[in-house]
Amino acid sequence: MTLTSAQIDEITSAALVAIGSATDLEALKEVRIGHVGDRSPIARANQALGSMEVSERAEFGKVIGKGRSTINTAFEARQKELEVERDARVLIEERVDVSIAARRTPQGGLHPLTLLTNEICDLFIGLGYRVAEGPELESEWLNFDSLNIPADHPARTMQDTFFIEPLDSRLVLRTHTSPVQMRTMLEEQPPIYVICPGRTYRADELDATHTPVFSQVEGLVVDRGITMADLKGTLDYFARAIFGPDVKTRLRPSFFPFTEPSAEVDFFFNGRWIEWGGCGMVNPKVLRAAGIDPQEFSGFAFGMGLERTLMVKHGITDMHDIVEGDIRFSQNFGSGLR
Amino acid sequence: MKIPLSWLREFADIPSNITPDQIENAFVKVGFEVEDIYISGADLTGPLVVARVAAIEELAEHKKPIRYVSLDCGEGSIRYVICGARNFTVGDLVVAALPGAVLPGNFAISARETYGKTSNGMICSARELGISDDHEGIIVLPTTSQIGADAIALLEIKDAIIDVAVNPDRGYALSARGLAREIATSLGVTFRDPALVDYLAGEKISSSNCVQVRIDDPSGADYIQIRTLEGVNVRNETPLWMSRRLEKCGMRSISLAVDITNYVMLELGQPLHAFDADKIDGTVVVTRTKSSSEFTTLDNQKRTLVAGTLMIGDDKKHLSIAGTMGGLDSEVTDSTSRIALEAAHFDPISIAKNSRSQRLSSEASRRLERNVDPAVASVASARASALLLELTGARLVGESSAGAVGTPRTITFDPNAISQLMGYDYSSDQIHSALTAIGGAVEIKSPGSWLFTAPTWRADLEVLSDLAEEVGRVNGLDLIPSRLPIGKQGSTLTPMQYRKRGVGSLLAHLGFSETYNYPFVSPEMVKTLGFVGPRAASFRIANPMSEEAPLLRTHLLPGLLSTLSRNLSRGAKDVALFEIGTVFRDLSARPRVEDISTATRPSDATIAQIYASVPAQSLFVGAVVSGSLDRKGWWGSGRTFDWSDAIALAERIVTETGNRAEIVQSDLAPWHPGRCAEIQIDGKAVAHAGELHPRVLEELNLPPRTVAFAVILSELPIVPAATATPIRTMPAAIQDISLFVDRQMPSAKVEAALREGAGELLESIALFDRYEQSGATDEGKVSLAFTMTFRAPDRTLTADEVSGFRASAAAVAVSTCGATIRE
Repeated sequence: MTLTSAQIDEITSAALVAIGSATDLEALKEVRIGHVGDRSPIARANQALGSMEVSERAEFGKVIGKGRSTINTAFEARQKELEVERDARVLIEERVDVSIAARRTPQGGLHPLTLLTNEICDLFIGLGYRVAEGPELESEWLNFDSLNIPADHPARTMQDTFFIEPLDSRLVLRTHTSPVQMRTMLEEQPPIYVICPGRTYRADELDATHTPVFSQVEGLVVDRGITMADLKGTLDYFARAIFGPDVKTRLRPSFFPFTEPSAEVDFFFNGRWIEWGGCGMVNPKVLRAAGIDPQEFSGFAFGMGLERTLMVKHGITDMHDIVEGDIRFSQNFGSGLR
Repeated sequence: MKIPLSWLREFADIPSNITPDQIENAFVKVGFEVEDIYISGADLTGPLVVARVAAIEELAEHKKPIRYVSLDCGEGSIRYVICGARNFTVGDLVVAALPGAVLPGNFAISARETYGKTSNGMICSARELGISDDHEGIIVLPTTSQIGADAIALLEIKDAIIDVAVNPDRGYALSARGLAREIATSLGVTFRDPALVDYLAGEKISSSNCVQVRIDDPSGADYIQIRTLEGVNVRNETPLWMSRRLEKCGMRSISLAVDITNYVMLELGQPLHAFDADKIDGTVVVTRTKSSSEFTTLDNQKRTLVAGTLMIGDDKKHLSIAGTMGGLDSEVTDSTSRIALEAAHFDPISIAKNSRSQRLSSEASRRLERNVDPAVASVASARASALLLELTGARLVGESSAGAVGTPRTITFDPNAISQLMGYDYSSDQIHSALTAIGGAVEIKSPGSWLFTAPTWRADLEVLSDLAEEVGRVNGLDLIPSRLPIGKQGSTLTPMQYRKRGVGSLLAHLGFSETYNYPFVSPEMVKTLGFVGPRAASFRIANPMSEEAPLLRTHLLPGLLSTLSRNLSRGAKDVALFEIGTVFRDLSARPRVEDISTATRPSDATIAQIYASVPAQSLFVGAVVSGSLDRKGWWGSGRTFDWSDAIALAERIVTETGNRAEIVQSDLAPWHPGRCAEIQIDGKAVAHAGELHPRVLEELNLPPRTVAFAVILSELPIVPAATATPIRTMPAAIQDISLFVDRQMPSAKVEAALREGAGELLESIALFDRYEQSGATDEGKVSLAFTMTFRAPDRTLTADEVSGFRASAAAVAVSTCGATIRE
């Protein structure tokens, strides 16, 4: 077989015309067989190189190589072009209404009391506190006596206590989480830094602002050289973390049997002072009952109602929403993802 | 306590232009919460003047007698007004509202024609001025009043009534005297102590012929005084100024003698009791009941006195429950002519016990149990006696007393220690002046050693921290700086705390809503749920919120099911709830702990006893689901969350804690006896799950097929970190196997048998099909189909190897489960 450059040019032009006139990928497939594949004229021309004179082979090889490369390039370009065209068409056909996407699983949610408790615990863990918990059904001695609330003291009636039958069982539903503080002091030596969240009980009728079963978080620090300034600084930090960096706090003198001096802590939020909780320096009598020397150690304690905190933080206006377990309430808060 | 500002002004130089906000802030600063400030007389405007009745013309021609009254209002000319009341005569001083005045109820006074005359104002009754309910007649003022004077000021009509919350360590502040001292200290103004007045100056006092007194029980009172008065006429009316103040303090005017004792109590803080002296036999004694007895108090209630009740008695009988309430028989009546006036300093604990055992909190007991000023007893008695002399025409016979007022407590302290505790560097002067402002005395022995003498009314001041509180509040707690202490390094949650969080997140992400249910349960619910054994061992609350639900929960289901009902009744269709909470079971005998001293740390043995007196309380997670967690919608149908979902989820919680769960068929109430799984760890039940009993659901009016599970989180062992399994990357070989087993054969057991027989190259096994034969031949059999995945760590398994594994798996299933292999 003899070939001329002109023939190669012809083969190449014919291939280019065929590639150019293929209008879809199916047609291009046919063109590939006729003009690009192993049995195409250009491939066969290449195979014929072997039978040529050595002297001609090099020069002619170049010609054929050039032709093949032109054809391949054109083919690939057209292939891409047609694929883009096809994709555009098919993907448009496959378009959906994305606005109807729905979760087939309903929204669940953690109770906001849990979310708030976790937030507070994490905050205090960051300050080097441990999270301490204790029983809700508690001994009167730990709930009252050891905290300087003796029987027949008016302070004992400040807290409407649920008593357990028989009365000489000396068991109560704890009226605060302070017995956890006492347990901590009985169990470990200072320095003590604990935060005590938990459910607490007082015989108040359920209404828009009260509930007989509520949640508290208390903090206790006992260390050398602890002062009321440490208490104030801790409460400032706490309030800002929960209610925002601009929140101000104030201490108001008050009375609690287990602290001396005692104070109420208020915070200024949305233009008014809001009562937040009680606090003070741990009463030396309480330290002594726990076997801690008040000459060597001092401490502070504070306690807040979480429902109240929650109501202010989230603008909840009715306690019923917090206690009734309506799924719409928890769902609103989700799983705490942020 | 409610107190009118006008009364405080008698003892404290409170600025005349003080606003309610400033009053509140002043009290708050020194530690008294103001619950309310009410401005009385805000709906009344003058002119309201004192007028003298100059003449009365009776107009008889009308249906009721009418008077045409000439009034001298100090204007230089006479005013004429029409008046329907008749309780006054010429020369009396009355209150006249002149044209332009507006009385409460927006009642504008103007000159008007009535009964054929021109009425140029109105003579007012107490009710018309809004100062009392009295409408018997018009107000007749004491003759000492100034004609033409402003009656609004005279009658203290415009006043601020301040309701102050008094903490239980501040009995002295339940009085005008105490609150005036506090606001004076807060505002830095002059305080005049009404307890320093000699109210009986110039009165002759003898100690003979008067009622004598004795203390038989010194633990109940350290001082008591009786003043005897004779020639008393208690039928006189209580003067308006006194009844006005009583009403402003929230007390009703009862009779002159009672009103006087109440007035003095409100003023000085000392409860007093007036006996009819003629009804006392012999000597008055402070004593205690030795056994239970009966006694009728002046509220006409027959009461049972417990042994040890602190009493006032005489030679023959009880006279009153000390400091709590007087007796009916010795009460002052209209015919009383001799009064024995009791003033005592009782032991606060004894009074608290009296009050508690009688369930009777009186104005007297409320003060005495909070400790009143022992030094004020005699002063208050003198003040009341003086009022009795003035208002009832009484004569003072004399006084007797027993016991003595104790000496004030002294505290030696280092002023620097106060600064150290408060975290603020107080100057010596700040400390000194605060401690004197509250009524104490300070003597500086050396710079580091001060001697504080506590005021008699401050029994609560015992140690340095009490003084620190006073220094802090008088100087203002806003002085104290803010400092953030940092605790211990390495703080973290405990594994159980992490577990609680993890379980909550898992369920919330799966579509469950968390609830916090009250743990109060009714006996009916316990019965309905079929709780027996440990789950019926409820603790009972002695004073429950509702008599219907006095039990503490032994399980989370009662609360969850009630909350499920509530959600469904509000229209929810698919409801999935959970709760993580404590349950209470009365399972074992516990030691009883009695009267353990708090003066020092109890012994380790005692602490162990205290701890053992508290029942163990398990932490549960419980859940109930009604409806679907895989909902229907435009995509197609949904799927009801059924018994298998409940069991699988409970198992998932157990296994995700790293524990190995075994599922066992159970029939525990309130679950469906055929659709209840018990989940065990090493043979110990840690969870129950499945469908609830149809009868229970019907009784609770809940939808059929409602499911529930409960896992005892505190019973799941904390498992150390899992050991990693190397990930095998060689190709897997899949083998399916179908077999028939008896219908009663648990599929978990079949799976375990296959797993055992398949050998260690089995990577996973899963049941993918199950159906029950209905044909005659295989009655009672069930077909199970499992898919088994095998993989070797180091090579591709050959077909022969894999079918060998399958065969040995099948062999174990055949031998241990009686299975027939379907080929």
